[in-house]
Amino acid sequence: MTTGGQKREVFALAALFVAIAAVTVIGFAHDWKPPVASEEGARVDSLIRYLLFATGAVLVIGAAALVAFLWRYGRGLPSPAPRSDPRLERWWSLVPVLGMAVIAEVGVLVKGLPVWKRVYGAPPPGALVVEVNAQQFEWWVRYPGPDGVFGRRDPHLVDATANPLGLVPEDPAGRDDVVVRNALHLPAGRPVHVRLRSRDVLHSFSIPEFRVKQDVVPGMITAITFVPSRAGSYQIACAELCGLGHYRMGARVIVHPAEEFDTWLEGQNGALQ
Amino acid sequence: MSAEAVHAESFIRRYLFSTDHKTIGKQYLLTAFFMGLFAVGWSILIRIQLAWPHANLPLLSRLFPGLYQDGVLLPERYLSLVTMHGTVMVFFVISFALVSGFGNFIIPLHIGARDMAYPVLNMLSYWTAVPACILMIASFFVPDGAAAAGWTAYPPLSALPQAVPGSGWGQTLWLLGMALFIASFTMGSLNFVTTILNLRTKGMSMFRMPLTVWTLFISSVLGILAFPALTAAAIMLLLDRHGGTSFFLPSGLVVGGQVLEHSGGTPLLFQHLFWFLGHPEVYILVLPAIGIAFDVVAVFGRRPVFGYRTSIWALLVIGVLSMIVWGHHMFTSGMNPYLGEYFSVATVAITVPFAVLGMNLIASLWRAEIRLHPAMLFALAMIAAIGLGGLGGLWLGTASSDMYLHDSYFVVGHFHFMIGVVTAFGIFAGTYYWFPKMFGRMIDQRLGKIHFWATSVGVFFAFIAMHFLGLGGVLRRTYDPTAYEYTASVTWLNLPISIALFLAAAAQVVFLVNFFWSMFRGQKAEANPWEAATLEWTTPSPAPHLNWRELPSVFRGPYEYRTDGRAAGYRSQVVPDEPPAEVRA
Repeated sequence: MTTGGQKREVFALAALFVAIAAVTVIGFAHDWKPPVASEEGARVDSLIRYLLFATGAVLVIGAAALVAFLWRYGRGLPSPAPRSDPRLERWWSLVPVLGMAVIAEVGVLVKGLPVWKRVYGAPPPGALVVEVNAQQFEWWVRYPGPDGVFGRRDPHLVDATANPLGLVPEDPAGRDDVVVRNALHLPAGRPVHVRLRSRDVLHSFSIPEFRVKQDVVPGMITAITFVPSRAGSYQIACAELCGLGHYRMGARVIVHPAEEFDTWLEGQNGALQ
Repeated sequence: MSAEAVHAESFIRRYLFSTDHKTIGKQYLLTAFFMGLFAVGWSILIRIQLAWPHANLPLLSRLFPGLYQDGVLLPERYLSLVTMHGTVMVFFVISFALVSGFGNFIIPLHIGARDMAYPVLNMLSYWTAVPACILMIASFFVPDGAAAAGWTAYPPLSALPQAVPGSGWGQTLWLLGMALFIASFTMGSLNFVTTILNLRTKGMSMFRMPLTVWTLFISSVLGILAFPALTAAAIMLLLDRHGGTSFFLPSGLVVGGQVLEHSGGTPLLFQHLFWFLGHPEVYILVLPAIGIAFDVVAVFGRRPVFGYRTSIWALLVIGVLSMIVWGHHMFTSGMNPYLGEYFSVATVAITVPFAVLGMNLIASLWRAEIRLHPAMLFALAMIAAIGLGGLGGLWLGTASSDMYLHDSYFVVGHFHFMIGVVTAFGIFAGTYYWFPKMFGRMIDQRLGKIHFWATSVGVFFAFIAMHFLGLGGVLRRTYDPTAYEYTASVTWLNLPISIALFLAAAAQVVFLVNFFWSMFRGQKAEANPWEAATLEWTTPSPAPHLNWRELPSVFRGPYEYRTDGRAAGYRSQVVPDEPPAEVRA
């Protein structure tokens, strides 16, 4: 059955599998991610590194077995009659069962769960609370102001220029609220609790350098907590399809050194003042 | 009715309104190829946009005046292309070809039945699917264009016509098309399950069925259980759009400066309903492809499948787990984080039975005698795609890393391996393998190999590289991938990805030419050109009406190649056991 043509093809197919494994391993060895800038992000990167080594090892072992069998049994060399032994096959299945169970659940429970808890657990006391509002196709950031309380809002009061968030003028808590368009100012090294609201469709609040992403859902408030780790300028990118301007629904994230942030915030006027 | 009853039927009865499972299977397969032309065509426009986002393309503008304006693809039409590429590929190409196409063609032939349990229902299933196709294609020609809310159709975007162009008539047609598709698919699934449970021939126990039938059986059960959730979601969404209800719409929505009257609904409900189907749907599509790979690897590897029974148990475990992990599409949706962590634990557990399947496929080459027919090439390359897709799935199934990777090109690369490459390679392996039985002629091997190499090089490179884009933070469904500064150092990858995919798309032309040329001009096929042991090869090629003159009886499992220490040869499932020596004497 086996011809010289098949030998060449076996070689080519083996080369394809080697190339797939090589491109994958070499490609993943390069760090494509934007430089990390939050404490949670550093932990996500550590989890990704774990997944890279664990799944990379499985991929390489699988590819090696595939290529070895192909090489040995594809070139027309005499092949001993196969054994069909259900007991042997059951024992062998323990290898992937135990191997993958450990690899997979270590990733989720040992490496992943602590990050999950930091992002979704109760925010630590002293966290800066910020409200981020998404709408087609921009971001409005609100700080509670010196009183630390967000003022009430009413969708019927929304006015694109004068009152984009629909703040209720009668509510004293809202008078000192600081509202900023398309820029999120944060202090470095301090936990930030972001409350997310949308007034129209789904959006997703993602800051790639922080490795966080949280959908913004109309009708409910979603929230995440993270600690920006270094001062600098980053970007919010909308990650959930929200309409024709989705691809350019970005905003600036400016992380200040802690004291500089306080000065910045004090310098802002209340939205209704 | 005996096989002699093959009578002169009118062309219409025989080729259009046929109740013969083989004809219906072929109708589905050809319909899938036809819909595939659209879906691949749209993906080419998508890839042109991503490779050259700022180019002026007057030629395309002239060819597709509805999509382009002054040489520039409109952003809302880009979203329509993405939405319809996904929808049509998942439901109208892969489901049609793999499940409805091969399922119809091969189930009765594999289990020794004359036809499906409900032949008329089967015909009805196909003729319900046809108008669904027409609605989907027609939606490109309605005011405001085709649906643009993504194949996931998340409200409020899909519920509010003013939220995005394409959320007008296009979205309504999309929902109606999906409803028809679901009705059609459910008829097919009920038929498959009934046929497999009741019409197996004498001796064909469940544990003597080829793995293709096992996978189709599990897929059909999953379809019956999961699709009703999407039916419910589609009906509720239609009512929200046209009936003034608020299943998915909360109060306080402000769209276009207007406060909407809706109140009391939540978009998350739709997501749960959608993924309650959407996730099992992945396995509905992937499992039959893997089943075909097992069958092909056994025949062209000339040895029994390694771990036939452990594979069946793994498939059953996958079936059960697939129903309880839908929430991993929603880690970042705002769902309760405790629930998210549960879904994460359950999701990554699925890699365990998948790893068993993968190992069994690889180990099925141990002591094999490999014959590199195009069917075998696609089956072997599928193993690599399962590996890449499955291992990448671990990155996404782990909630904490999904937080970074969700909605990025990492996801796009990942699911294109699982429901793109694995399933397409299953379709191709099945086509090259069963072509003689379908059309009575051999399909050209040389063209088949050209098809394989061009497709493989293109898709493996492109979809691996998409993972890198995703790690670089490039988000999916973005009309202009260069819009954000932080991706500036990675977006160059879009050009080589597009070129690789153009190569893969061109390879499909070779496939279609080969397919239709061989259908009419190919060398005549014998009954059993591959020396295969399963039942479909015991009847002439093409299989006649009602499949066998006399129904075969089955005496053994489906994969007895070179067993019992015999260096060569195989034993068909219909060969009885040799009587013990003393009886013979």
